[in-house]
Amino acid sequence: MHAVGSLEFWIQQMINALGLGSQYALMAVGLAMVFAVMRLINFAHGTVMMGGAYIGLLLLQRGLPFPLVAAGTILGAAALGVLMERIAYRPIRGAPDVALFLNSFAVAVFLENIAVLLFSPRSRPFPMPALLTQVFHPWGDLFIPSIHLWAFGGALLALGGLAFFVTRTRIGLAMRAAAENPTAAQLMGIEVGKVTLLAFAIGSAMAGLAVLFWVAHIGTVQPGMGFEPVLKAFVACVIGGFGTIPGAVLGGYLLGALEIFLQGLLPSAVVGYRDALVYAVLIFLLLVRPGGVLGHGEAERI
Amino acid sequence: MEKRSGSEMKAISVRQGWLWLGRGLGGLLLLGLYLVIERGGNAYLQRLSVLFLINLMLVVSLNLFTGFTGVFSLGHIGFMALGAYTSAILTLPVTAKAANLPDLPAPLASVALPFLPALLLGGLFAALVAGLIGIPILRLSGHFVAVATLGFLIITRVVLINAEAFTRGTRTFAGVPPYTTLSWAALWAALNVYIAWRLKHSTLGLQILAARDDPWGAQGVGVAIGRVRLIAFGISAFFTGVAGGLWAHFLTAFSPNAFYFSKTFEIIVMMIVGGMGSITGSIVGTLLVMSVTELLRNLEPGVTVGTFSIGPLYGLSQIGLAVLLIFLTAFRRQGLLGDREFRLEALIERTEDWIREFRVPWKASSVREADPFMRR
Repeated sequence: MHAVGSLEFWIQQMINALGLGSQYALMAVGLAMVFAVMRLINFAHGTVMMGGAYIGLLLLQRGLPFPLVAAGTILGAAALGVLMERIAYRPIRGAPDVALFLNSFAVAVFLENIAVLLFSPRSRPFPMPALLTQVFHPWGDLFIPSIHLWAFGGALLALGGLAFFVTRTRIGLAMRAAAENPTAAQLMGIEVGKVTLLAFAIGSAMAGLAVLFWVAHIGTVQPGMGFEPVLKAFVACVIGGFGTIPGAVLGGYLLGALEIFLQGLLPSAVVGYRDALVYAVLIFLLLVRPGGVLGHGEAERI
Repeated sequence: MEKRSGSEMKAISVRQGWLWLGRGLGGLLLLGLYLVIERGGNAYLQRLSVLFLINLMLVVSLNLFTGFTGVFSLGHIGFMALGAYTSAILTLPVTAKAANLPDLPAPLASVALPFLPALLLGGLFAALVAGLIGIPILRLSGHFVAVATLGFLIITRVVLINAEAFTRGTRTFAGVPPYTTLSWAALWAALNVYIAWRLKHSTLGLQILAARDDPWGAQGVGVAIGRVRLIAFGISAFFTGVAGGLWAHFLTAFSPNAFYFSKTFEIIVMMIVGGMGSITGSIVGTLLVMSVTELLRNLEPGVTVGTFSIGPLYGLSQIGLAVLLIFLTAFRRQGLLGDREFRLEALIERTEDWIREFRVPWKASSVREADPFMRR
């Protein structure tokens, strides 16, 4: 460990923050897109990640090469997201916010326990190729886990593609229109249902990409693994402003930085309370800037 | 007082008679049930009854806040945890403290309180924390509160895991004296239901309901929304904390994992099934959901029907709860009772009505008009 405050310390922390932030950004984007088009805080977003990871594991056990496993994970997560929308969310479109949220809560519990039934509650190792687990030592004590590079590169590509999609393509514009005002969008001939489905597909695919990096970090898959990421994605969305893609990305990176720097700077006696501090920041932000750091105006409050 | 004719007075006194008879019968039924379970010696039934009463407290308390105010709390199990750990630390015998919690600060290490004060302190501590976090959180609305209270639940868990001097961290907190009996649980549950009922039908309760149904209108007639919500939050947290204490002294050993999402999910489903805002609905919801989960839990180790057998089905009860909730949000969002209550008066009126219509259909309309209870 570098001395706190040295240049190397800061560079190291920046690298870690970028790596972790990229993962959070990828997770948060899906949550934000779904919220934007149907005002649903999709609690089951994390179970989509879990589902993708198990699909990846099954493919890996079939002996498929890793690129195919990765593609399978991403596509599997996307398919799961689409199924979820069709089966569980479409029938109650337009229900009160809390009913939607509770429904997603139930979907999450349902899928998690289906995974328990199918794969047992124990965690299983998910061996990753060396390309993702090796660590570079460019100079001095500095170390760069390659997973950070992959996560950063993957996030850059995926989020760049997403930015192009929502600003430069017709269907992307339709999605933003539907998010802005579903009724007006529908009157203009936009098929809101189709757009919603697409938002689920893209958001879940991003989650599938993120889970590859997440699993490379923790090394195992387990039915309850989607829980922590979805909470982190929530916090990222709240930090950046709920329901906007730039907000989710910025929030993801800010959350990554917050966690890494708290971890590095807190005295060891209280470092266990890091997550408590993170959620305290969440509550504080909800109060002082309910629209997030990018947002403007007030969220609904009494 | 308006003047009433003789027949009117008679109808009222007859109704009063039925009402008291109904109450008496209901009371006797509950007492009989209590005696049968208490003296019957069926350990499984006793255990289930105590857990039912504790769950009932959790659900009624949650409903007292979430159902009455319309503000969704996902953090109530955090209050349960606070009550459980506080009361357990307070009642733990001094020798057990020296062995299990060697780093406990001085005043706590040398006391072992009796059950009731420990329960009360656990509840009060939960209410105090509710007051502190409620002041900022309750200004939010919609699902932002849900997310903020979720944050509280996670913070509580992190603190429980890290404050090892008080809680033993992730390790099991064991050796809590088994003080909780069926009588204790029944008394507290009855008190909880009674207070919730009185609250709902008091001026304060009407203010809370008004703030839920029409916040701007309520503010317009002088309801301090933040204040009434905070009071409901505090009362709710108090009883949730006491329920946690009862639970701790019933199971006698637990860890922070017990106070997390699956429990939160369970009591939310119970509340939704019964109906948000309905106290009698909470009773029905708790009973129904517990029966279903208990049934499914018994299937979890695997079932054999004749030659056909199914292996272990872990997670079946949770799947059952999830499916139940999904169907409810899709088809009957208000739950079984909505925010109405089951009332003896209404039952008697309806039965009287039914008997009249059935026996003397040609007289029914005139009797109805003479009946002050029936006027709309």
